[in-house]
This record gives sequence, C-alpha cells and structure tokens, in this order.
Amino acid sequence: MLTDVRALIGCYLRIALAGFHRYATYRQATVAGAATNIVFGLIRVGILAAVYTAQGGGSVGGYDLTTTVTYVWLGQGLLSIVEFWGGTELTNRIRTGAVVVDLSRPWNPQAALLAEDTGRAGFAALARLVPPVLFGMVVFPFRWPDNPWVPVLFLVSALLAMVVSFGARFLLSLTAFWLLDSRGVLGVYQVVSSTLAGLEIPLGYFPGWARTALWFTPFPAMLQSPIDVFVQHGSAVALLVHQVVWAVLLLSLGQLLLRSAVRKVVVQGG
Amino acid sequence: MADAVTSFGTYRHLVAAQVRGQLSYRSSFVLNCFGQMLAQCTDLVVILVLFSRVASLGGFGVRDVLLIYSLAGLSFGLADLVVGSIDQLPTFIRTGEFDVVLLRPLGTLAQLAASDFQLRRLGRVITALGVLGYVLSTSDLDWTVARVALLVVTPLAGMVIFSSIFVAASSVCFWFIDSRELANTVTYGGSYFTSYPITVFTGWLRTFLAYVVPGAFVAYYPALVLIGRADPLGAPTWLCSVSPVVALLSALGAATVWRRAVRHYRGTGS
Amino acid sequence: MIEATELSRSFRVTRKSGRRLRRIREEVVAVRSVSFTVEAGEAVGYIGPNGAGKSTTIKMLTGILVPTSGRVRVCGLDPSRQRIDLARRIGVVFGQRSQLWWDLPLAESFQLLRHIYRTPPSDHAERLEECTELLGLKGFLTTPVRQLSLGQRMRGEVTAALLHAPELLVLDEPTIGLDLESKQRLREFLAELNTRRRTTLVLTTHALDDIERLCRRMLVIDRGRVLADGPLERLRVEVGLERTLVVDLERPTAPLRGLAGVVEVRTETDGRRQRLSFQADRTTAAALITAVARQAPIHDVSVVEPEIDDVVRRLYARGPTTAEHPGRFDAPNDVLRAP
Repeated sequence: MLTDVRALIGCYLRIALAGFHRYATYRQATVAGAATNIVFGLIRVGILAAVYTAQGGGSVGGYDLTTTVTYVWLGQGLLSIVEFWGGTELTNRIRTGAVVVDLSRPWNPQAALLAEDTGRAGFAALARLVPPVLFGMVVFPFRWPDNPWVPVLFLVSALLAMVVSFGARFLLSLTAFWLLDSRGVLGVYQVVSSTLAGLEIPLGYFPGWARTALWFTPFPAMLQSPIDVFVQHGSAVALLVHQVVWAVLLLSLGQLLLRSAVRKVVVQGG
Repeated sequence: MADAVTSFGTYRHLVAAQVRGQLSYRSSFVLNCFGQMLAQCTDLVVILVLFSRVASLGGFGVRDVLLIYSLAGLSFGLADLVVGSIDQLPTFIRTGEFDVVLLRPLGTLAQLAASDFQLRRLGRVITALGVLGYVLSTSDLDWTVARVALLVVTPLAGMVIFSSIFVAASSVCFWFIDSRELANTVTYGGSYFTSYPITVFTGWLRTFLAYVVPGAFVAYYPALVLIGRADPLGAPTWLCSVSPVVALLSALGAATVWRRAVRHYRGTGS
Repeated sequence: MIEATELSRSFRVTRKSGRRLRRIREEVVAVRSVSFTVEAGEAVGYIGPNGAGKSTTIKMLTGILVPTSGRVRVCGLDPSRQRIDLARRIGVVFGQRSQLWWDLPLAESFQLLRHIYRTPPSDHAERLEECTELLGLKGFLTTPVRQLSLGQRMRGEVTAALLHAPELLVLDEPTIGLDLESKQRLREFLAELNTRRRTTLVLTTHALDDIERLCRRMLVIDRGRVLADGPLERLRVEVGLERTLVVDLERPTAPLRGLAGVVEVRTETDGRRQRLSFQADRTTAAALITAVARQAPIHDVSVVEPEIDDVVRRLYARGPTTAEHPGRFDAPNDVLRAP
C-alpha cells in the first residue's frame, strides 16, 4: 500500500519535472516573454500613475501609488505562472481524438495535467516571475512586506492561484467533449479572465457592487489574491481561504465532468 | 502596379474561400466574434473604471479618451483583420510551410496575410465603431469638411500604421524564431498605448511608442484635431494631421524590413 | 532545363559544446560544388541518404534558398532572382508538407490555385479533368483536405502541382508513407506524364524502386557531393556488380564450375537450378547460355540484375568518381532503407 502511494507520487513528480523541462528548453522564448512582460508593465504603470497624478496623490481603492506600482509588477510576474491564455492543448487533443491516449493510461488525467502544469508554473516562477518583479524593485518605488512570513504566504497563494486557474481551464477544455470545438469558449474566457482577475487594474478600483460580485467568482483568486497577500491589502487568511474553496470546488467539478466525459467516450466511442 | 492589383485579386479569392469555410460553422463563428468584441470591451471597461475614480487622465476627459480609444481600436482591429495571420509566421517557418509560400508566383506577404484570415476579428472593429458612434453622436463637435475627411482617413492611416507594425515586428521571427512574443510589445502593446492620450506616459517609453513606433499618429494627434485642441506637449499643429504620410512611411519601412527578412531566410542576408 | 554549376550551400549553425555549454558557431556545408545538367524531357532520380544535401539542392533549384556559391539556371531563369517567374513554370510536390488548404475541399484548393497561377479557366478545367480521371480523384474532390488519407492527399498534391502545366515537376520524397497501391498508381501516372507530356521530372527519394520504375537516369549524392550520375544500367556496370544467370536444368547436375567470367555458383534443388554470378565486362549472358548448354540440357533461363540497393551501396563504398579524397568515404550501412 505504502509503496503504491510512493510510486503514484513518484509518477506525478516525474510528470511535473517533465513539465518544468519542457518549458525550460525554450530559452529564447523565455527571454522574449520576460522582456514583453516588462514592457507591458511599464505601460500599465504609466496609465495607473496618471490616475494618482490626476487626483494629486492619496489612495485609490485602498492602494497608494507605491502599492499600485508594486501591484503591477507582481501581476506581470504572476501572469505566466497563472497562464490565463493557455489551455488550448487539451481542447485540441479532444478535438483531434488524441485524448483517448491520455484516457487509456493508468493515471488520473486531471492529476497528470495538473502535475505538468505545476512543473510549468515552477519554471515560470523562476524565469518569468523574477525578472519583472526585480525590474520593478530596482526602477520604481516598491512596497516591501513588513513581516518575513508574507513572502512565504505569497508563494502559497501564488501556487493556489495557479491551481484555480488550471481548474477553470480544465473545466472549459472538457466542454470540447460535448461542443466538439471549445476554442470559442476558451477564447471568450481568455479575453475576460485576466481583466476580471485584476491584471489591468486592481479590483479595488472597481465600484463596490462589481467588487462584491467578483468575489463570488474564482477570478480574484487567480491574481488579485496573491498580490494582495504580498502588499498586505486585506486579511491574508480570508484571501487564502477564498482561494482554497475555489481550488477544491473547481477541481472536484472537473473530476465529475471528466467522469461523465469518459463515460461518453466509452459509450459513444468518441 | 498592375502586379499589385492582380495580387489583390488573388488575395481576395484566398480570403473569400476561408470566410466561406468559417461561416459554415455558424455558432462557432458567432462565439469567436463575440470573444473579439469582448476583448475590445475589456479595454473599454478599464477606461470607464479609471474614470469612475478621476475626472481626467493626462489632462483629457472621458469623452476625449474614448474618442482616442475608439480610433485606436478601429485602426488596430482593421489591421488585425487584414494582416493578423502573420502571427502564424513562426509556425510557417518551423513546419517548412514558408517554403511552399516561396514556391508560388505571388508575393510572400500577401500570401501570409491571407493564410489564416479570421473574419471573427471583425468583432474588435464592431465594438470600436460602436464606441466611436456613441462619442461622436453625444459630443457637439464643430464639423468641417476637413474634419469629416480626417475622420474617414484616420482609421485607414491607423490601419496601415498598425499593419506595418505587425509586419515589421513579426519579421524578427526570421532571425529569432522563438521570440514571437516580443512582437506583442509593439502590436498589442502598441494598441494598449495608442488607446490613451500620450500625455499619460512619460520618458523613453513615450518617446519609443509614440514616435519610433509611430503610435501618436494613430489616434492621439488626429483626435486633437477633431476636438480642436492643441497638444499639451507642444507639438506643432501641422504634425497632428500628417498621419497619412506617417502611414505611408511606415508601410515603406515595413516592406523593407520584410524584404530583408525574407532575404535572410533564403540565405543572402546577414 | 536545369543547369547547375559548382553549386554550393553552407549554413551557419550554433551548437552547444563542452560541459559549460559554450555556444560555438560553425559552418556546415550542405551541398559542396555540385554540377549537373538535366535536359528537357528527362526523368532524373536524385538520391542520397538523409542529410546528404538533397533537399538543400531542391530548394536552390526552386528558388527557396540562394546558393552560397555557384550558378544555377532552371528553365533559363535564375531561381533566386526570378522566383515568381520560375514559380509559374515549375511544379513542386513535397511529400511531407502540403500546398493545399487544410480546411478547404480539394476542389476549392484547385480553384484557388487557378487564381494564384492565373491559369486560363479552360486550360485549368482540361488539366483538372485529366488528373481527376488518371489519378481517380472523383470520389473525394469535395472532401476537406484534412479528412483525406495520405494517399488521396498525395494525389491531390500532384494534381495541384500540375494544374498550371509546368515544364518541370520536382518531387521531394513523393511516395514517403504511401501504401503499395498508391505508390504504384502515382508512379504509373508520373511515368505517363514524362513520356506523353514530355514533362521533365526530378525526384528525390530514398525509396529506390521509385527510381527503378521511373527514372532512366540517377544522380547519387552523399555529403553534399555527386557520387555518380548516369543511367541505372551504366551505373550497374560501372560499380562492377555481377549479373546473375539463373538456369533451370532438365535434371539434377553437379555445380557448373569453370565457366569463363563466372565468379560464383550456387545450386538449389539438387543442382536442378543453378545461379551463376558473372561479371558483365568479361562475358555476356548469351555466351554463358551457350557454354551451359554444352554441359547440360537447359529447361529455362533468366537473368537477374543486381539490386539497385546494392548498386547504391557499392557507390557509397567507392566514393565519388572524381574524388579528391577517395579514402574518406566509408559505406553507410543503415542510411539506405530498402523499400
């Protein structure tokens, strides 16, 4: 029993490592991506700073200028960990029928994909999170945490953000089993998710009703939460609990949907 | 010239065939088109949220910014529609499909632009047109013949400028195949930048995206003429209405870059 | 039709080396001073192992790549300078990449090609009809390309390359991955095209039976150089491979030894069938038959030519005819896959 468990963990660990390596080989793409994140960060900082200039300093939605700038750089760094714009691979495998290979293996496909995505995110954390954040620290005023536990909580929250994002993308990809082509659905998701997660502007800037509504969705858990944990905006515990709830909810839903998808494949032959 | 006309004829046939294909999957097309409309809307939402906090950005009110936003969106949307499939260039190079392009008696650029024509990209144009219509109908602008002409010419010049940016930036892939994302800094980043008055930004970022990449001529300068305002940054009045000239120069520049890039691919360059 | 003079092409590549993964830039010569001509109406097989420089040469002939040095003329044009003019006069089929539109029906791809090549509609219709008939396209003309089988797609590719009536058809590995019947059909069609229409054919392949059925002339290259150039029969003689006379005798006979020119005798079924390997430059099949008939009554005879595989293998072993460093070429054993 114990060796079984160990073998199982070893298997997913391997998959995660493979995910890490797979992305680590694209060195040129990584450099280009990090540079791109930085340029977009500069544009975002420019736009948000103009808000503070217009109102003569102070705070907007609970963020002062330094916090907002820090917010932008953390967001630019987290962007590729969270990966709003990915997720088409599974859809394509379902559409082309290659997915039967995944289903025929002795693993839980969701867990396997999550393991791979975690590996990918691990690489992104090293290669894509650090450059923009470092750039922001050096070039702009930066809001440092006043408590050594904050960075640790931030990493936990970032991991949860990635899991929530994976859970949502996985769910949407599965719709390809019924829609034949879920690229349209994913396209719409990709377009709105980053904004609703607080990439362009902190959700604190939104009017009160929109903020309340958004916290009933998983979107803030994908980006806003880890950033808020870092800049100590709001209660870290509440943010993390919100993330965990959504992670569990989305993953369970994905598991359920996967089961009925498999049944569909088995019964109807694809 | 005659060559350009027949090339255009062929381009039209290529595009028409793909549009027929896309329209045959009606629901998927509608959803994709909707996604593109939403993509343009998220930028609108950001602007509206920012203006719920302040009355002006970079010295301009919400109406002015929306005018700039819609002109920029229209230009970018049209360019994306016409040459957006150049995004596929790395795939073309990697799979050797670019060799097939070189084997046909047509210009390489026209073929690539027509290779993956996506009518759904009209979605962005529709949103931008809607906002433009709203802004124009609710503002009391002083309409002269010159201004009407400018209003017609601006999106076309902007389209040419953005198309040139797309082409020139994608050419980088001939040298660094994995660096496609870098092109996003000036294409999508350019679109982001041009949606705001350039007074919002500062420093070398403004110099680069407004003048080196001629983003200021897409929407900002023409909008100044339309609303009858002088440039707060002190640009001479004539500079505000030379967008068509800038467009022409960009097109020439992009064509040169593209030719060099193809030459490099075929082995005479570098 | 094609004139290549001292054609060379090298690439600059960076590779990682050593434990510290230092990047080293180096020049790799893909094609080294290759010269040959192809006359109108010929059918030439251009063969060599992977990485021998076949594709690079094809790319230079068709104007995709510019030669590093040397001169090439195709249909009297400079391919790299007059790419578009040349494109109208040649057809190219790549076995592994498609020139059709993935999502469109075959028929629609053909219509688009008519616009691209600006073929007069009547000419287009005529050729399309001919190809449809000869290649049996009728059943899947309205099927999107992505749903076609490889064999069907390949027939579509060949048609696509012929609709503008090219003088020269270049095929890069056209039969790769095809099933036996599709291969057969394609070869017959191409042979017909070559003899009837006088369309010049150049095909690269490492399926040697393509060459055997289609090409009277063979160009063998390896490591960027021409190893041999000539009709298959001549190359057979040139490399000195033995032909084999198979004699079926009326009754079991002891091995027929001591015949002039024969280097090896193998017997089957108690000597009823004997295989006599002989050197073509020392005796002829006729002389040998006469000699055998003097020793034993003959029931039947046949002559077996050396396998083209063996010819090519021998060529690789021997090295280039005009070799500067003959000793440098060792025989690659696994590079030639028997069909």
